[in-house]
Amino acid sequence: MDLFAVAFYVFAILIIGSAAIMVFSRNIVHSAFALMFTLAGVAVFYALLYAGFVAVTQLLVYVGGILVLILFGVMLTTRGYFEKVRTRTVNLVPSTIFAAIIGLMLIAVYVTTEWTLMPLEDGEVTLTGLGELLLTDFMLPFQVAGVLLLLCIIGAVLMAARTRHPHPPAGKSSQEGPGGPSYGEGTGRS
Amino acid sequence: MVLPEWLAEPGLNHFLVVSAVLFSLGLLAVISRRNIIMVLMGIELILNSANLNFVAFSRYGLLSLDGHMIALFVIIIAAAEAAVALAIALNIYNQFGSVDVEQISELKE
Repeated sequence: MDLFAVAFYVFAILIIGSAAIMVFSRNIVHSAFALMFTLAGVAVFYALLYAGFVAVTQLLVYVGGILVLILFGVMLTTRGYFEKVRTRTVNLVPSTIFAAIIGLMLIAVYVTTEWTLMPLEDGEVTLTGLGELLLTDFMLPFQVAGVLLLLCIIGAVLMAARTRHPHPPAGKSSQEGPGGPSYGEGTGRS
Repeated sequence: MVLPEWLAEPGLNHFLVVSAVLFSLGLLAVISRRNIIMVLMGIELILNSANLNFVAFSRYGLLSLDGHMIALFVIIIAAAEAAVALAIALNIYNQFGSVDVEQISELKE
């Protein structure tokens, strides 16, 4: 059992365990921090698969960017203190059975398929190849991704800056008239 | 400690199994949690499992550096999606006073 196998199993347990904590934790801040460990473990997996640049990008973009964004989202969309940041889980048993069936079917397909495998070679530096691909074969997706990011920046700023109710009424949908839909069962929790 | 052959040497299937488990956990988060931020985190988990498949196939299969490129583009899309989705979540919170996806049932006030 070499170092690769040991690293694989340790980080596989880390990834799956913290992903399970993320899904089943009732505190959303705990979920966000468990997601951080999952993302870092996936970055280690990329490094194990000789994808160094993707691993670094994963750490920079996911752990450094998206996770901070998610934590900001958690803080901006909850009232009160963090002890009260509880979220609701519905239909836990049927959805767990459904997700388990989907996962087992995926695993069965993965394991039973005869994949066309290449002989393993030692990894080389992927950065030069990625740069060349980015300016030759992937030129159009590269530019389109740049335009997409620009559009997303503008759209996100425009949407997030447009505030109508700076102090929203608590449990708004429970105050509706008798004709309106009544979803007031979970509004009083925060 | 003697391990069986398929366990001692992690190959393509091991990475695929981890990615399948990640996918089903992300699916579980999407369909069972009712906070919109949790749904977003589940989507991130699903995207990560797809990315792990791409990189694993580019190491073990015939998908050479193209797999890395696709993974990078998926990361770009995920970042853009997270930014826009959180802006939408903030707007929803301002409109409805809650981010519970079951209470968001109207398009217009």
